[in-house]
Amino acid sequence: MMDDSRRRRRSSHNKFSEEKELELRLGPPGEEEEEDEEKDEDYWSHHNENKRERNSDESDQSPLSLGYFSSQRIYNYHQDQATKAKASSFLQNMSMVGKESKDAISSSQPCRSEVIEFHNGAVCAEKKALSSPSSANTAAPNSSQKRSAAGPVVGWPPIRSFRKNNASGSTFSKPPLGSHHNHHHHLNLNVEDKAANNTINKEHVNNISGPPNKGMFVKINMDGIPIGRKVDINAYGSYDKLSSVVDHLFRDLLSAQRRDSCGGGSIEKQNQEEEKTMITTGVLDGSGEYTLIYEDNEGDKMLLGDVPWHMFVSTVKRLRVLKKSDLAALSLGGKQGHIHHSK
Amino acid sequence: MKKAAYSFPEEVLEHVFSFIVSDKDRSSISLVCKSWYEIERWCRRKVFVGNCYAVSPPILIKRFPELRSVTLKGKPHFADFNLVPEGWGGFACPWIRAMAGAYPWLEEIRLKRMVVSDESLEIIAKSFRNFKVLVLSSCEGFTTEGLAAIAANCRNLRELDLRESEVEDLSGRWLSDFPDSYTSLESLNISCLGNEVNLLALERLVSRCPNLKTLRLNRAVPLDRLPNLLRGAPQLAELGTGAYTSEMRPDVFSNLAEAFAGCKQLKTLSGFWDVLPSYLPAVYPICSQLISLNLSYATVQSPDLIKLVSRCEKLQKLWVLDYIEDDGLEVLAASCKDLRELRVFPSDPFGLEPNVALTEQGLVSVSEGCPKLQSVLYFCRQMSNAALNTIARNRPNLTRFRLCIIEPRSPDYLTLQPLDDGFGAIVEHCKDLRRLSLSGLLTDRVFGYIGTYGKKLEMLSVAFAGDSDLGLHHVLSGCDNLRKLEIRDCPFGDKALLANAAKLETMRSLWMSSCSVSFGACKVLGQKMPRLNVEVMDESGPPDSRPESSPVEKLYVYRTVAGPRLDMPGFVWTMDDNSALRIS
Repeated sequence: MMDDSRRRRRSSHNKFSEEKELELRLGPPGEEEEEDEEKDEDYWSHHNENKRERNSDESDQSPLSLGYFSSQRIYNYHQDQATKAKASSFLQNMSMVGKESKDAISSSQPCRSEVIEFHNGAVCAEKKALSSPSSANTAAPNSSQKRSAAGPVVGWPPIRSFRKNNASGSTFSKPPLGSHHNHHHHLNLNVEDKAANNTINKEHVNNISGPPNKGMFVKINMDGIPIGRKVDINAYGSYDKLSSVVDHLFRDLLSAQRRDSCGGGSIEKQNQEEEKTMITTGVLDGSGEYTLIYEDNEGDKMLLGDVPWHMFVSTVKRLRVLKKSDLAALSLGGKQGHIHHSK
Repeated sequence: MKKAAYSFPEEVLEHVFSFIVSDKDRSSISLVCKSWYEIERWCRRKVFVGNCYAVSPPILIKRFPELRSVTLKGKPHFADFNLVPEGWGGFACPWIRAMAGAYPWLEEIRLKRMVVSDESLEIIAKSFRNFKVLVLSSCEGFTTEGLAAIAANCRNLRELDLRESEVEDLSGRWLSDFPDSYTSLESLNISCLGNEVNLLALERLVSRCPNLKTLRLNRAVPLDRLPNLLRGAPQLAELGTGAYTSEMRPDVFSNLAEAFAGCKQLKTLSGFWDVLPSYLPAVYPICSQLISLNLSYATVQSPDLIKLVSRCEKLQKLWVLDYIEDDGLEVLAASCKDLRELRVFPSDPFGLEPNVALTEQGLVSVSEGCPKLQSVLYFCRQMSNAALNTIARNRPNLTRFRLCIIEPRSPDYLTLQPLDDGFGAIVEHCKDLRRLSLSGLLTDRVFGYIGTYGKKLEMLSVAFAGDSDLGLHHVLSGCDNLRKLEIRDCPFGDKALLANAAKLETMRSLWMSSCSVSFGACKVLGQKMPRLNVEVMDESGPPDSRPESSPVEKLYVYRTVAGPRLDMPGFVWTMDDNSALRIS
């Protein structure tokens, strides 16, 4: 152990001058994340190690918090190599860490303001897109800084799948106190609850069998994305969460697709940002450019939100995200059939 | 002649050994000398195989020719959270076939996280005349047809427990396949089944089995059938209800309350799906005798939970949703002084914001009020070092501490610091801590604490934590009793792994997913350590199609005497000392 730390301190001296350079480079993350990826990988983790070692010795507040933020970024830099737009995940992490105390962040983190400047106009749009579409109108002023939940992190939080639907399973019982469920109103769930409580209760017990055992994966296709995906309906107990997940999924897919087809560059970045705001904000409430429909067990194409969640789960066979303009074409009696509303 | 003077006759030794039950002690006995090894192996009746791939059926059978009870575990723990793709392995069939031939007198089979086919169940049903206990915990791959075979053929069955398994529920008729002459049932757990079972058959079965102590129903059993079932089995000690809701009718309620009151031995309650709060008071008559209560499906609010829990003065184990809130946990702490285990599950795990008033305070209250608290599983959305410190000092007798702060990498919400010190306090003060799950913002420091203080730690789960290989190194080099280590999404890589390769042979298994372990390092590990199976999982294609330095998706390393396994699916590669990838 001792040898390790001595070795590390020695190597930290060697790296000291590089570190100085590095600190200056703690600016626009977009730039450096796209260059020198592989080469810097080991270096970043060493740098981080050294910083932490010194920080804990000195027990100084601000280098410590700098260390965390940069380690946050570094860590996610590693993770995000394979996927996602780096800029957006960076912002997500910054905002997540700074959730409770915006002041602490701004005072100790010069590079952050640079980041914001770099993205400039795109930041506001980014922030909007970050929060779940249906809660946008109920969100508190700083909630746009919060990271949206249900970005598909597999296996997190670590609960068994048969536990995942507990809250939603109680569409028929009172919603929990102090929750942000007022955005359910446009789905008319509460009204249906009261009216149909008794009969649906019985159906619920008999038709919707047991704790959901298997993940219930349904295909989802999106206009503009050639290859479909699958989502586990059982993992998300409400329309809101499902739409939020779909929103994330296709935002990422679309931007990845654009990136692949056109290569890097800052102009392209601008386009990506625009793309993000265009996509599925307001999939359910109809404010975005796209909309989410599903195909039920009778082969009919349906709009989401008409029936209680459990009924939806038991009848949905596949999902589709399409441009609202295409929706009109469908309902005009194309070969694919009409769009139905349930009664 | 001389030998006899120095040793007891075999029969005496065997008799002495029969009092030694724990696997560890049995293992120690077998190491004393060759003759003790021989005697021990012939009289061993019960075996626990923590990793079915650590040993093979022929090896087991060869060493222990007269087993009556076998327990096998298959998939790694993270399979519970969908991190192990389908088809990975853990197939019970080869084991069951082999045992069918070798152990005609086998009585008990317990499997966890294994893939069990109907065919396997049929083999069990037909091969073991004295078969008594079948426990399938978190298993999958079978249907109700397999259950029908068990029901129809196992005349001496005592226990049928399907806890948390995924069963393809084709029909509820299987229950009727228990013959009318069958009366030996002691424990039945069908809580995982989706469809209705034949209720009449169930009632008849329950009422003709006088030794039935455990009955865990599935959600589809309606509440108004429960009183009848209870009256048929007043000796019940453990009950899992079905859906706990019905049309509100006064007679249903009074019927239910009366039936509960009639079960004087009832000590454990579970089930409670779809609870209608006004029906909860039906269990009040027996609350004072309850030692275990599982309300983790009960979506009722804190006031109702409080009314229930405050009546359970003998409660030792409580599983509940976070609807209980801090207030409810405070009442729990005041009322249930015998509490040993608490599990609080999230009602809205994917929610954007907290939907309930449950914070770290609830856990602090319980740690203060419940002196016997040993085992904790707690999901929450905020935590502080101060709270963890308090909990650690209050409850140094904790043996299992699993904390899940829902948002990954959440710092101490008061100070914005990492939670290193808080978890450090836990491992420092709780000297008998055997199991720990970490969450929140954590640096390498916490692993330093764990390596220094976690000397009795046997299982550690880590996610989204640490800064560098140093973290992993602390754990592998410091935790003397570590058996299982599972890690996801941490920046741990090659250095720590290779530096501690020998340690891995002293552990059952190591899981690392979404970390920074390179393919090259996995190959080196596999080549250098022939007694380990080093398995790389990658669903995007063969790892050798990418550079050696690129990180593998998932790594599962376990010690084995059986060599590389032969049943791997296409996305699993073993790194063995042939340095050629074996793709099955």
